[in-house]
Amino acid sequence: MFRLALEARAEPQRFMRLGAPIVALLLTTLASAPLFWSLGLNPLLTLKIFFVEPLSTANGISEWLLKASPLVLIALGLSVGFRANVWNIGAEGMYTVGAICAAWLALHFGEGMHRWLLPAMMLAGALGGMAWAAIPALLKTRASANEILVTLMLNYVAALLLAYLVNGPMQDPEGLNYPQTASFGPSALFTPLWKGMRINGSVFVTLAAMLLYWAFVESSFIGFQMKVSGIAPTAARYAGFRQSRMIWLSLMVSGATAGLAGMMEAAGPLGQLSPVISPGYGFAAIIVAFVGRLSPLGVLLGGLLLSLLYLGGEAVQMSLNVPASLARTFQGLLLFFLLSADVLIAYRVRVRRRQ
Amino acid sequence: MTSVLVPILAGTVVAATPLIYAAMGELLVERSGVLNLGVEGMMLMGAVAAFGLRIAGYPAVVAALAAALAGAASAFAFAFLALTLRTNQYAAGLALTILGSGLSGFIGHNYGGLSVESIAHVHLGALSELPVVGPVVFAQDPMVYLALALTAAIAWFLYRTKAGLVVRVIGEAPHSALAIGYDVIRIRYFTTLFGGAMAGLGGAYLSLSYTPLWVEDMTAGRGWIALALVVFASWRPARLLLGAWLFGGLSVIQLFTQGFGIALPSELLSAMPYVATIIVLVAISRNTRTLRLKAPVSLAQAFHPDN
Repeated sequence: MFRLALEARAEPQRFMRLGAPIVALLLTTLASAPLFWSLGLNPLLTLKIFFVEPLSTANGISEWLLKASPLVLIALGLSVGFRANVWNIGAEGMYTVGAICAAWLALHFGEGMHRWLLPAMMLAGALGGMAWAAIPALLKTRASANEILVTLMLNYVAALLLAYLVNGPMQDPEGLNYPQTASFGPSALFTPLWKGMRINGSVFVTLAAMLLYWAFVESSFIGFQMKVSGIAPTAARYAGFRQSRMIWLSLMVSGATAGLAGMMEAAGPLGQLSPVISPGYGFAAIIVAFVGRLSPLGVLLGGLLLSLLYLGGEAVQMSLNVPASLARTFQGLLLFFLLSADVLIAYRVRVRRRQ
Repeated sequence: MTSVLVPILAGTVVAATPLIYAAMGELLVERSGVLNLGVEGMMLMGAVAAFGLRIAGYPAVVAALAAALAGAASAFAFAFLALTLRTNQYAAGLALTILGSGLSGFIGHNYGGLSVESIAHVHLGALSELPVVGPVVFAQDPMVYLALALTAAIAWFLYRTKAGLVVRVIGEAPHSALAIGYDVIRIRYFTTLFGGAMAGLGGAYLSLSYTPLWVEDMTAGRGWIALALVVFASWRPARLLLGAWLFGGLSVIQLFTQGFGIALPSELLSAMPYVATIIVLVAISRNTRTLRLKAPVSLAQAFHPDN
């Protein structure tokens, strides 16, 4: 019998820290082969349609960046909390509530506000997300309720709230009873950067958030405190860092970014609300944060990768009739292999003969 | 009165059953010091495996066994990550949930719109004819009774057998257990795989009996509610059973509220079990000291044999 043994390295392998995401992507691609075979497809051809086809046109590139933008934005917010070991897995709900708040403004003040409507919607989206995130923050700091379970339960509540609103109070009165809101007016929509493509000015919001995150990580004291309490909670406690402040900050930041991302989708490619407004961005962003090693540039690359997985999934769905859940299978595999490959950063793997 | 009471009580027992399977499995896993957040993913894999075999014409028993196997196989992927490679257990569990949701959707993409014959309910003659008690207690399907039997078996195992004691010791003080000569990782593998099989059975109950069809993500958060139930029960089997019935009751009562003349929108009623989970978590977590005393000490911590 053989047995895997892990030997701690004297110091972490820097190369593997950056190489692990690439190893994970390769393993994910390999693992996808049997899935394609099972559908009677040629894996190589399918992978070409999956990874290459979506980026072969200018419009494809536009869609790629447009999808990456909310993923990166949400992941930046989540990374703040993950540094301090605050596990927010409720970005999906915060995104939904942000979109609802922004849509409410768009539908009630569509006329008259013109120039100020979009900024007001951005603010409403961020505040909505923060308000939703305040629930787990309050319950965690006041009643020490586990934030993983609370944020996750709130995802379902937010989805049902949206379903209720688009079937009731926010339903389009002229919409033939379809469960959706009226389409937003032109002043409530981001204008496309190029004619005929959907990419719009909201991507600059994401770029600005990257700069803010970079400044926060690199040079703020609270950023340092959060890093310490993530790596060495006991040390942080002895140093007197206030745990509750970090929980609030983590959840407020991730709530704001997720809410803003919801607003950007509503005022961008969607242009109205319906019962489903996200293909699981909130969960995919968790993977983006991990793939990106919680660093600003890494999160950008991770967002581009996960966005490509979505586009590739759509491409093979349309041209080869591959089930839509393939994208999520890829996401899960990627996270699995990434976590496995990460082991090589701190350990050397030895195969030993069992005595 | 009994005309409303009977369906509510009978429905409560039914709605609680998938939670009992998943949460009892997770309870044993957590008692050994492992936190597997992938319950939702394992339930989905179990649900799709059971449904697939049933559609292919196999008897329900075979389908349920396959679901247990599918759950255990999913749990193995988690165990390899969390136990052998010692990755963060939260992250590994999340990965399992995402993967299970995606892969079960992929496997079941042709099952939409199909349905299978629900598992037959038992009939125990005069017992099943009794008023109220008959339909609620003595006329359910076999998987309901299996859930209760397994609960009793797990409670007996944990508190009345030596192996159960070892599992509890490993959850509380893994290094001491290692020092006496127990292979901590191997035993944690066993409990994790068993928890996966239980979650798979919970999923099978959903797709074979509760709503005998396959819908993507049909567990609708039950795996997460099961995780909350384990905390609610403060890791005690008897309390877990009570908690599962409480939640089962909540999710059934919402179906009957309209009958009582309460006109709330259906979406808001459907949100009730999730809101209730949060409220229960808050109520139970407020008392941090007792909770910390009852939680397995080594929960969710990676085990390094050499330090």
